[in-house]
Amino acid sequence: MKKLMKGNEALGEGAIKAGCAAYFGYPITPQNELTEYMSKRMLEEKRVFLQSESELAAINMVLGASAAGVKAMTSSSSPGISLKQEGLSYMAGCELPALIVNVQRGGPGLGNIAGSQADYFQATKGGGHGDYHLIVLAPSSVQEMFEMPAQAFALAEKYRNPVMILADGVVGQILEPMEEVKVDSTYHGDRSWVLDGCQGRAPRKIRSLLMEEGALEEHNIKLQKKYKVIKEQEQRCQKQNTEKADIILVAYGTSARVCYSAMLAARKKGLSVGLLRPLTLWPFPVKAIAELTGTAKAFLTVEMSAGQMVEDVKLAVNGRKPVHFYGRAGGGMPTEEEILKEIEKI
Amino acid sequence: MKKVYCKPESMTDIEHKYCPGCGHGLVHRLVAEVIDELGVRERTIGIAPVGCAVFAYDYWNFDVTEAPHGRPPAVATGIKRVLPDRIVFTYQGDGDLAAIGMAETVHAANRGENITVIFINNAIYGMTTGQMAPTTLLGMKTTTTPFGRDKNLAGYPIKVCELLATLAGTAYLERCAVNNVKNIINTKKAIKKAFEMQKENKGYSLIEVLSQCPPNWGLSLKESLKFVQEDMTKQFPLGVIKDIYA
Repeated sequence: MKKLMKGNEALGEGAIKAGCAAYFGYPITPQNELTEYMSKRMLEEKRVFLQSESELAAINMVLGASAAGVKAMTSSSSPGISLKQEGLSYMAGCELPALIVNVQRGGPGLGNIAGSQADYFQATKGGGHGDYHLIVLAPSSVQEMFEMPAQAFALAEKYRNPVMILADGVVGQILEPMEEVKVDSTYHGDRSWVLDGCQGRAPRKIRSLLMEEGALEEHNIKLQKKYKVIKEQEQRCQKQNTEKADIILVAYGTSARVCYSAMLAARKKGLSVGLLRPLTLWPFPVKAIAELTGTAKAFLTVEMSAGQMVEDVKLAVNGRKPVHFYGRAGGGMPTEEEILKEIEKI
Repeated sequence: MKKVYCKPESMTDIEHKYCPGCGHGLVHRLVAEVIDELGVRERTIGIAPVGCAVFAYDYWNFDVTEAPHGRPPAVATGIKRVLPDRIVFTYQGDGDLAAIGMAETVHAANRGENITVIFINNAIYGMTTGQMAPTTLLGMKTTTTPFGRDKNLAGYPIKVCELLATLAGTAYLERCAVNNVKNIINTKKAIKKAFEMQKENKGYSLIEVLSQCPPNWGLSLKESLKFVQEDMTKQFPLGVIKDIYA
């Protein structure tokens, strides 16, 4: 049975159904519904909810709960996610799984509270200090807001790596019908590193400080090997009408919804247009894009930013076909008409 | 023959990297002795800070995690909330606890988290070789207060126990020192009481330990012990600052 839910709330319920045992968060618009939803539902489920004193505290509470071996999460919006970068770097270094949700708003600085996609670089290129990556998932509907937490926890546990759901203010605030499909709530991956007291085993240490000669380099090599496996195995995207299309729109999240409408309008006008929507932003669906360079004549990347993902599209296309960009920054949203105009220009 | 002294089971054999005269080794051992005596080694999780004591995870023979600078109270909160039957403690220096981590310190205390905080106050940043700490005494020379700490430039040394005593969430706060045998014995008593309280779900406790840092103070060990006794305790008086169960 379908029910009407807000994106932020659907994500909260999805996380609960996925077995999230602890939520830590700090208020910030446009993701407050998620924190508020968890404050009620987590207590109903007899799980941990805590409104932290800051984003720094929230991510470090997640670090602690994750180290103790439970599915833990935090959520915020752009300025708050900037504050979490220190903790994320530590968690990547310590190889701790967790779910971090960014319901993006306009920036830089305090920006505004409109939906935005301007945190793509921060989410996919590391964000904090050091050589590391988060796995980044991009929902574009309330249904996906509900289903992605389970996927995120599964990936986080499988690879012992923090996973970010990179949503935006629009998909967080939108109200649409969704189905509470059954999601996976098992704990994936080994737990031989969990800190829960050393009863009947040797003590365990979780750390990212490796001062011995060569130890940190060795650790980085190990991390890079893991990232390579993730890049090979976890690229995900959705393709619509991309086979034999002359022009491929590449967009994620809310931009992809507008692009979908633009694609339909273009096809009605007889233009050969398809849409590739990355579901994973890191690893970026390089293979799927590279494959399309054989048939497509051009690519058009559409973002609610000044142009961030377009760099990855260009890398994937690798000069074989022209890559165009259309985007609006600062909380602006590309319209169907604007995109159609861009398509017609090509 | 009766064994009267040995290494606690809660300590590893790894050689400490601390400087000669440093108080950290003493307090590490006191914590380990207490954990042994309470029989909680196998259900204890420690949180090591950033600072000299970052290597504490090597020296303790139980589960220990690292935390970003100043964030041990938040990490401890995360662990304790999901594993409430474990013994969770943080071990933090003055920079970690009272400068970069003051917000986390105050709010964990104010929430009354059922954790134990061991706070080493040596009035200086040791790991980074001698800069001013939030607890550096007025007039004290450090590498970033070369003319002595000036209240007009750098404010005043923070009295952490007294500050936290104003919060309804704190249960037990005591200030001790490790500059002589009597004070060391008392420090152990306080640490034991704090861990016992956590075991009995009695709430947040913090033991502040005035500790010596001879190399960064530019003093001999003997002078350092005297500095703790005569100068530090004037600014930071020893004793129970708060005990809601007394």
